[in-house]
Amino acid sequence: MAEIVIDNVSKRYENGFNALHNVSFTVAEGEFMVVVGPSGCGKTTLLRMVAGLETTTDGEIRIGGRVVNNDTPAERDLAMVFQNYALYPHMTVEQNIGYALKLRKVPKDEIRAKVRQAADILSLTEYLDRRPGQLSGGQRQRVAMGRAIVREPSAFLMDEPLSNLDAKLRVQMRAEVLQIQRRVGVATLYVTHDQVEAMTMGDRVVVMRAGVLQQCDTPQTLYDRPANVFVAAFVGSPSMNLFYATLGDDGRSLRVGSQTVTLSDAVLAERPHLASYQGRELVVGIRPEDLTLEGSGDALSVKVGHVEGLGSELMAHFSMDARAFTLDEAQGSAEELDEALASTVLTEHVRYVVRLAARCGVGAGDALTLYPTMERFHFFDAATGESIW
Amino acid sequence: MASTRIGRRPVATYILLIVMMVLFLFPVLYLFIGSFEPPSLTLGGLRGIIPTSVTFENYVGLNQQFSNPQFTGSLRGFYTVSGIVSLSVVVGSLLVNSLAGYSLSRLRYRGRRGLLLGVIVLVIIPFESIAVPLYYMLQGLRNTIEVQIIPFIGSAFSIYLFYTFFLALPVQLEEAARIDGAGPWRTFFQIILPNAKPAFASVAILTFIQAWSSYLWPLMTTSQPNVYPLPIAIGNLVKQQSIPNFGQMFAFGVILVVPMAIFFIIFQRWFIRSVASLAVKG
Repeated sequence: MAEIVIDNVSKRYENGFNALHNVSFTVAEGEFMVVVGPSGCGKTTLLRMVAGLETTTDGEIRIGGRVVNNDTPAERDLAMVFQNYALYPHMTVEQNIGYALKLRKVPKDEIRAKVRQAADILSLTEYLDRRPGQLSGGQRQRVAMGRAIVREPSAFLMDEPLSNLDAKLRVQMRAEVLQIQRRVGVATLYVTHDQVEAMTMGDRVVVMRAGVLQQCDTPQTLYDRPANVFVAAFVGSPSMNLFYATLGDDGRSLRVGSQTVTLSDAVLAERPHLASYQGRELVVGIRPEDLTLEGSGDALSVKVGHVEGLGSELMAHFSMDARAFTLDEAQGSAEELDEALASTVLTEHVRYVVRLAARCGVGAGDALTLYPTMERFHFFDAATGESIW
Repeated sequence: MASTRIGRRPVATYILLIVMMVLFLFPVLYLFIGSFEPPSLTLGGLRGIIPTSVTFENYVGLNQQFSNPQFTGSLRGFYTVSGIVSLSVVVGSLLVNSLAGYSLSRLRYRGRRGLLLGVIVLVIIPFESIAVPLYYMLQGLRNTIEVQIIPFIGSAFSIYLFYTFFLALPVQLEEAARIDGAGPWRTFFQIILPNAKPAFASVAILTFIQAWSSYLWPLMTTSQPNVYPLPIAIGNLVKQQSIPNFGQMFAFGVILVVPMAIFFIIFQRWFIRSVASLAVKG
């Protein structure tokens, strides 16, 4: 057991592409750390660097206090679960799980006992003689987990291990993977592009974008206090509503298009830096559940474009007299605007969404008055995208 | 399932296939039956699917033709030479070309693309066009078994076949092995090789057929009966006889074909076995 320290790590490929820029964070002993981000953000590269499958251009990777930059994958004493499981097709489940122990010259009886034990934990006992080709997706996934735990490694690395499973099985395996990790209690670095997976599984979550670490925090903190507009938009489903607004010269009236909302003292007191934005444009965010049909104080008039009934709740997509903010506007490149964010740019006009009660009777074309929960407003610098507190 | 699909196929297709099969099998059948018939009947054509009168006369006569190991060589000698040459070429070829193919498909080094291009170019160069330069290069080895083996171990075609096969193998298998603690050689022999059996079988079969029936090169490089392979011996048999004995030629043909057939039968199950069981996708 050991902690994993990623210290100022960078990765530059031979063709000059910078995959990672000065990434630093620590996975504590026993911690489940999820790295999440849109495709191409460098999360898998980072994992492979920790595994020793990619070289590290700059910075240090330490496992259990030892710098492992130049160690072979085997010397790092890690176990890795691959996205496609990478089970050895010609070996039985038992041989697959025991292969690493065999290479370590562990006595046969001991291998057998350990494999049985792992199989027991993973309910694989009756499949030990089968080959991977004869197993279902979920069973293969378990074999891959078995291969990892049987070694009693100093850390687990997992590269989108659930992405090949269907939705229902994925939810079930999420719980199983967590359970196993708790039981084994080793530092785990888990990579995914699915923010729901990240939020539900991680003790802490690292959000990455274009090779740069955006924020590393607990899921709730990421949700409540995103460090910047990217994290705000990426975490949460549906995404946060983001639009431009101007703070009045009085420092408390917020002009949203042609409407005005007056910020409460509490909001201003909590965010002292907001004072310096008087008379300036900034990006304002509000989550879909922080808008309500009933309330008091200032409200926003909106027009519903279409609704999605989910049974338990209702998502009303609406348009509003305000310039919507999109990620590519703030940070240049639109290319890595992930599918996860696609819902924020649905159509030109209907860009916002509110989460309402299932049977509230709201339908397409309705004009609504929505009351924002003031304390839940998020403010971002329009130029840098950084959160304003 | 399969039967319903076959059942729907038009009868005409089957008739055509049967006719084609008979046409292709005819010479082979004729060869076998003719070799067991008295020489006088051999050229009489195929009269049925079993010989009318069975005799080993042709085989005995053939053995007598090569009764003087010093001057004519012996059947056993030709067999030994052909066997050693073919098996050595197959074993060497599997080892050398699979490693070369692996290196081209997986390792990253300077000049790899150039090498690969070179291999592809070499695939299209026929052996005949380099036979003469090769002959002068290996002059010192004339009339040896080695000279019949060495030029055929490295094969651009086999390298390319291995290369394409290894490219299709998921690289994660090797990465998983590395993390499990396997070094490059162990990874190759314990992980790659067992999953590349179809490629190894294909190369083994193709190489064996080529080596076993090689004629031009041994004709150029051997002139002593003790290093003649079977195809040269059959050629000499034809030259020796003023009146050709077709019965003996048929018998020789059978002798030449049988080991190849056995080799194919041994390896064809790998040849056919698909890689569909690769347990990688979920």
